[in-house]
Amino acid sequence: MQSQATYNYKVVRQFAVMTVIWGIVGMLVGVIIAAQLVWPQLNLFEFLGYGRLRPLHTNAVIFAFGGCALFATSYYSVQRTCHTTLFLPGLAAFTFWAWQLIILLAALSLPLGFTTGKEYAELEWPIDILITVVWVSYAIVFFGTIGTRKTPHIYVSNWFFGAMIIAVALLHLVNSAEIPVLAAGILTPRSFSAYAGVQDAMVQWWYGHNAVGFFLTAGFLGMMYYFVPKQAGRPVYSYRLSVVHFWALIFTYMWAGPHHLHYTALPDWAQSLGMIFSLILLAPSWGGMINGIMTLSGAWHKLRDDPVLKFLITSLSFYGMSTFEGPMMSVKTVNALSHYTDWTVGHVHSGALGWVAMVSIGALYYLLPRLFGKTEMWSTRLINVHFWLATLGTVLYIAALWISGVMQGLMWRATNADGTLTYSFVESVKASYPFWTIRVVGGLLFLTGMLIMAFNMFKTIGAGKAIDAPVVAPAHAH
Amino acid sequence: MDFKYTNDFVSNFWSLYVVVITLVSVIGCGVFLWMQGSVKHNPGQTTGHLWDETLAEYSNPLPNWWRWMFYITVVFALVYLAIFPGLGSFGGKLDWTMRSQYDAEMKKANEQYAPIFNKFLKQDVMAVAANGEAKEMGQRLFLTYCAQCHGSDAKGAKAFPNLTDADWLWGGTPEKIKETIAKGHDAVMTPKGTKPDMDAEQVRDVVHFVRSLSGLSSDSMRVQRGKELFPQACAACHGPEGKGNSDAGYPNLTDKIWLYSSQEADMIETVTKGRVNRMPAWGDFLGEAKVHILTAYVWGLGGGMKPAPAVAAAPAEAPAAQ
Repeated sequence: MQSQATYNYKVVRQFAVMTVIWGIVGMLVGVIIAAQLVWPQLNLFEFLGYGRLRPLHTNAVIFAFGGCALFATSYYSVQRTCHTTLFLPGLAAFTFWAWQLIILLAALSLPLGFTTGKEYAELEWPIDILITVVWVSYAIVFFGTIGTRKTPHIYVSNWFFGAMIIAVALLHLVNSAEIPVLAAGILTPRSFSAYAGVQDAMVQWWYGHNAVGFFLTAGFLGMMYYFVPKQAGRPVYSYRLSVVHFWALIFTYMWAGPHHLHYTALPDWAQSLGMIFSLILLAPSWGGMINGIMTLSGAWHKLRDDPVLKFLITSLSFYGMSTFEGPMMSVKTVNALSHYTDWTVGHVHSGALGWVAMVSIGALYYLLPRLFGKTEMWSTRLINVHFWLATLGTVLYIAALWISGVMQGLMWRATNADGTLTYSFVESVKASYPFWTIRVVGGLLFLTGMLIMAFNMFKTIGAGKAIDAPVVAPAHAH
Repeated sequence: MDFKYTNDFVSNFWSLYVVVITLVSVIGCGVFLWMQGSVKHNPGQTTGHLWDETLAEYSNPLPNWWRWMFYITVVFALVYLAIFPGLGSFGGKLDWTMRSQYDAEMKKANEQYAPIFNKFLKQDVMAVAANGEAKEMGQRLFLTYCAQCHGSDAKGAKAFPNLTDADWLWGGTPEKIKETIAKGHDAVMTPKGTKPDMDAEQVRDVVHFVRSLSGLSSDSMRVQRGKELFPQACAACHGPEGKGNSDAGYPNLTDKIWLYSSQEADMIETVTKGRVNRMPAWGDFLGEAKVHILTAYVWGLGGGMKPAPAVAAAPAEAPAAQ
C-alpha cells in the first residue's frame, strides 16, 4: 500500500554528492600538511603554511565531509523510518545552501588567518552565528519530521541523530561564546573567548571531546543503526543493548573532556573525574560496536562478496578499537607517555578514517544508487578496490603514528646517568621522519580511494536519473 | 603558598555539589545497568516493531560479558575516587596530588643527581672547562636549556648571540658569563637612540656612518652627515668611538659582528624602531652547580676570556686593536 507523496530525496542527493567532494578536498589538505611535515619547504606562502592549513583540514573533514554525510544520511533515514516526507522542505533546502556557504567561508577565512585559536572551533564569530542558524533549522526539520511520523515508535537511529543535534547545539553555543573585537569603534571579524585561563581550557575540551562524542560518534552511530541492518538485511541484534548503550553513552561522554588536560593547571579532582568517566565510557561505546557487528550473526557469508557491508563492518571494528584505545589513553600513567605525541594523532585517525569515513562511505554506496533510480553502483569492483585502499591507508597511517608516538614519548622522558635529557626535542623530530613519510603514503592511499569513489559516483549518476521514492505506508502496529 | 590542592572551590558548597553529582552519576550508571539487565527478554524474537519495511530489533538480552565489563568500570571508578582526589575537596586515601608527585620525584632526582654536579663546584670554571666529563654534561644541559635560542652548535641566529666567538655583549670572563646565565639580562635599544627627533634621512645618515666604522659599504656624503649626528644620537651608550661597553651590554659597532644583520634595511629598522631583547635568568631554575657547569661549557666553546686581574682597568680603556 503506497501513497502518492514522495520522500524528499533532493536535499539528500545534494548533501550526498557534496560529502564526496568535501571528502576529497579535506583529505587532500590532510595529505598536503602531512607532506609539509616531511618536506618543510612545501610551506609555500603564509596562507598555505602548516599552521593555516591544519585547521582547514580538520574543519573540512569533520564539518564539511562528516557534516554533509550526517545531513544526507539523517535526512534520508528519518523520512523513511517515520514514513513521511521531510518537515518544512524549504528549510531543509536552506540548511544545504547555508552549510555550503559556511564551508566556503571557512575555506577562505582560515587560510587568511582568521581564527579563534580553539581547536575544532576555529571559525570566527560571524560564521559561528551562521552555524547556529543552520543548526537550529536542522533541528526544526529533523524533530518536525519525527513529530509528524506515522509510526508509534521512534527508530533507534533517530535517537542518536537527535541526541547529536541537541548536544552539538549546546556545545557550540557554550564553547563559542566570545566577545567581538572593536577597532576604532568598528566591529571586526575577530574575537576573544568569553572564558579565561584554565576555565577556557576546560570549556574548550568539554567541547572538543564532545565534538568527538556527539558529532563523530553519536551521529555516526545513528547512521550505522540505519545502514547496517538495511545492508545486512537482518534485525538489529538487541533492542535492550541499544537502550542501555544509548543512554549510557550520551550521559557519560559529557564528563570525559578533562582527560585532555591531565597534568596541567586543571585541578586534580577534575582530571580524575575525566579519567574515571572515560573508563566507564568503554562499555557504552562497545555497545554500539556489538550491536552493529552482531546484527550480521547468521549472515556472515554476506561479508565475502558485499564490499558495502565490508566498509560498514570494518568501520565498526575500527570504532571498537579506537574506543578501547581512548579510555586506555585517559589513564593518567598512560597519558603521561602518550600526551603531546603522534600517538594522539594516530588515535584520532583510527576513529576518523577507520570509523567515521568508512561508515560514511559504506552508507553513501548504499544511498547513491537509490537516490538515482538504480539498484547498485556503476561498478561494484571499484567499491572493492576502494575498500582495500581505504583499509590499507588507515592501517599504514595509524601503525606509523603508534610507533612514532610511543617513540617520541620514550625519547622525551629518557635521561642520562646525571639526570639530563638523553635527547633534545629536535632529535625526536628527526627520528619521526620515516613514520611521517609512511603517514603520507597512508593518506595518499585513502585519498586515492575517495577519487575512485567520486568516479564511480559520477558514472552512477550519469547512468541513472534523480528519483524521489514514494512514501511507504507504515506496517500495521502489532 | 600552598600548592598541595589545586582545586579552586570558593566554598564548601561547591565541593559538596561535585561530590553529590559525581556519586549519583557513577552509582546511577550501575543501577541503570542492573535495572535494564533484569528485564525479561525473548531471545531470537523481534520486539514486534517494524520501520521502513525491513527494520526490526531482536529482543536479545545484554551480553553477559559486556554487562560485567560495565560493572567493573563502575566499581573501579568508585575505588579510584576513594584513593585519589576526585570527590570535591576530599583528597583520597593516598593523599596524592600531581604537585606531591612532582615534588617527590624532584626530591628523589635531586638526591640522586646533585652529587654528580656538585663535585665540580669546588673547581674554578677554567678547570671545569678542561674536564671531559663536565664538558659532556655541559653539552647535554646546553642542548636542553640553551639550544632553542643559541642553536645546537651555539652559533646563534638573528637576535640570538653566537657563543663560539670572542665577541661578548656582557663580557666573556668566567664571572661575567656565569652572571649572564644565572641572572639573565634585559637589553633595550631605544628608538633613534638618544635623539628621538631624527627624521628618516638622518637615520639613514647615522646608519651609513655606523657602517663605515666596521668597513661596510657606505655613502661618503651620508657618512659625513652621520658622523655629526653620532655623538648626540648614539655615543651615550655605544661610546664616542662606537666601541660599546660590555659592562652594560652596549654592543661594539666597530667589529664585524651584527646581532640583527648588517643589511642596510635591517640596520635602518634597528635605529628607527629600536630593539628589545632578553636572556632569561636560569639561576633559580637550574641551581648553582648546573650553572657552574654550563658556564664552563660556554666559556670553553672558543671565545672565553681570562678572568680580569684583581685590579682591573676600565674596559673602555682596553686596547683598540681589532
